[in-house]
Amino acid sequence: MIMTEEMIIAGFGGQGVLSMGKILAYSGIMEDKEVTWFPSYGPEMRGGTANVTVIVSDNRISSPVLHEFDTAIILNQQSMDKFEKAVKPGGTLLYDPNGIVKPPVRKDINIYRIEGTKAAIEMGNPKVFNMVVLGSFLKVKPILKLDNVEKGLEKSLPERYHKLIPLNLEAIQKGQEIVETVQTVEVEV
Amino acid sequence: MGELRLMKGNEVLAEAAIRCGCDGYFGYPITPQSEVMETLMERQPWNETGMVVLQAESEVAAINMVYGAAGSGKKVMTSSSSPGISLMSEGISYIAGAELPCLVVNVQRGGPGLGTIQPSQADYSQAVKGGGHGDYKMIVLAPSSVQEMNDFVDLAFELAFKYRNPSMILADGAIGQMMEKVELSDYKERWSDEEVIEKSGSWATTGKPSSRERNVVTSLELDSLKMEENNNRFQEKYRRMEAEEQRYEAIQCDDAEYIFVAFGTSARVCQKAVEIAREKGVKVGLLRPITLFPFPKTIIGELAKDVKGFLSVEMSAGQMVEDVKQAVFDAGIIRPVAFFGRMGGIIPTPGEVVEALEQKLLKEKR
Repeated sequence: MIMTEEMIIAGFGGQGVLSMGKILAYSGIMEDKEVTWFPSYGPEMRGGTANVTVIVSDNRISSPVLHEFDTAIILNQQSMDKFEKAVKPGGTLLYDPNGIVKPPVRKDINIYRIEGTKAAIEMGNPKVFNMVVLGSFLKVKPILKLDNVEKGLEKSLPERYHKLIPLNLEAIQKGQEIVETVQTVEVEV
Repeated sequence: MGELRLMKGNEVLAEAAIRCGCDGYFGYPITPQSEVMETLMERQPWNETGMVVLQAESEVAAINMVYGAAGSGKKVMTSSSSPGISLMSEGISYIAGAELPCLVVNVQRGGPGLGTIQPSQADYSQAVKGGGHGDYKMIVLAPSSVQEMNDFVDLAFELAFKYRNPSMILADGAIGQMMEKVELSDYKERWSDEEVIEKSGSWATTGKPSSRERNVVTSLELDSLKMEENNNRFQEKYRRMEAEEQRYEAIQCDDAEYIFVAFGTSARVCQKAVEIAREKGVKVGLLRPITLFPFPKTIIGELAKDVKGFLSVEMSAGQMVEDVKQAVFDAGIIRPVAFFGRMGGIIPTPGEVVEALEQKLLKEKR
């Protein structure tokens, strides 16, 4: 079965959106996949919106720019307004309810909720938030093996941060445990 | 197999320059290509290969440093983004007039003027028709992936030295900023002066031996008859490039009834549009020019015989479409050539491209 996963990760700058995408992309390389990581770039600074398109595929990747996605990982309200409608029918939306005032309403997609902000604070390090979310994504869409994600972390983090890898893996584990299913839909074949 | 990495297009460009034995980089920072010089400064290749990396005081200074170093037979380059390339255009014309090899990289952003820092392809005409003054051409390569940002550096230098002519890599902000898996090239030694002479003759100012006259590197020739002779030689060289160097990639063109023509980021978008259109039962192919000059007009002429029409897709108001039309016309065939594009830093989506195909070509035909 040929796999292609087209996803958007969107939230505030500073939430680790871009680095989460980068770790996913590196993990894809570790699993011999083709990968593309395409960020929104611009004058935005911390606190502004940031998003990244990540494509992981068994095949050569065509467009880095997409109008619809298999998965949207949404981490703030602005991104919800923009990307809920861009999920393919039957696709997946994963969101952190922190700061979300209008939860998703689509009935034709799978929706999962992850209390990532809360979990990261409970773990004593809000910076691992993005890894909690990554963990929950990999739980609902196991497109990559966890060993390869670990290798991806090693590759994408500078060596001086390698001591933080166990904490990051713990965060991924946490995300896998606490992700909640809001709704699932039958996939049309 | 070379080393596999996840890197940005801009970073790869810097790495490829070091690895292909580039002697010098002279540049001035501008978004969205600042990572080129940032990566070079971080890598400090002067310690490793002896490559010089210098931040000039302006783009005008940078291109004239390239001019000077190229005159000594060195493998040298610069990179910038659209407004910076406009500033460099005078120098590029001089380099073309003095028949020197060099590499200029343009990671395009939206214009005109300072415009935007988002990706664009609106410098196509500037690149292929000559942005500076006089009848000159550059060899223009258009990468559409991070891997090609690696591969085309070496190729651009090879062609520059083969023809003693400036080469340009015409990328855009998206190719520069995105990260993909890339297989880096192996290291090549930098050339010595002796190797330069052996490879490309003794035109360079490497020091005058008693065995020959001094080499003069200049674009100036006040005798009009001689200047016309120079121009004839340039034109003959450009025709030779057109005969020998047309490069392209044809994707699903064999059974295609319609052809997208697109380069760089637009070509990637169109590849997806081909998939979508074929799912809808429309037989579409993609012709991706890799050299923008020389433009792959031969293949377009051949394809024109079998297809019902072309759609040129660009991130501009429609510049390459003129060359597609010309190629079809030169083949003596009448076929509709339509255009679709977005401007100002917007990348068209695959869905928009398919819609444009339906509206501009399919509607009239069915």
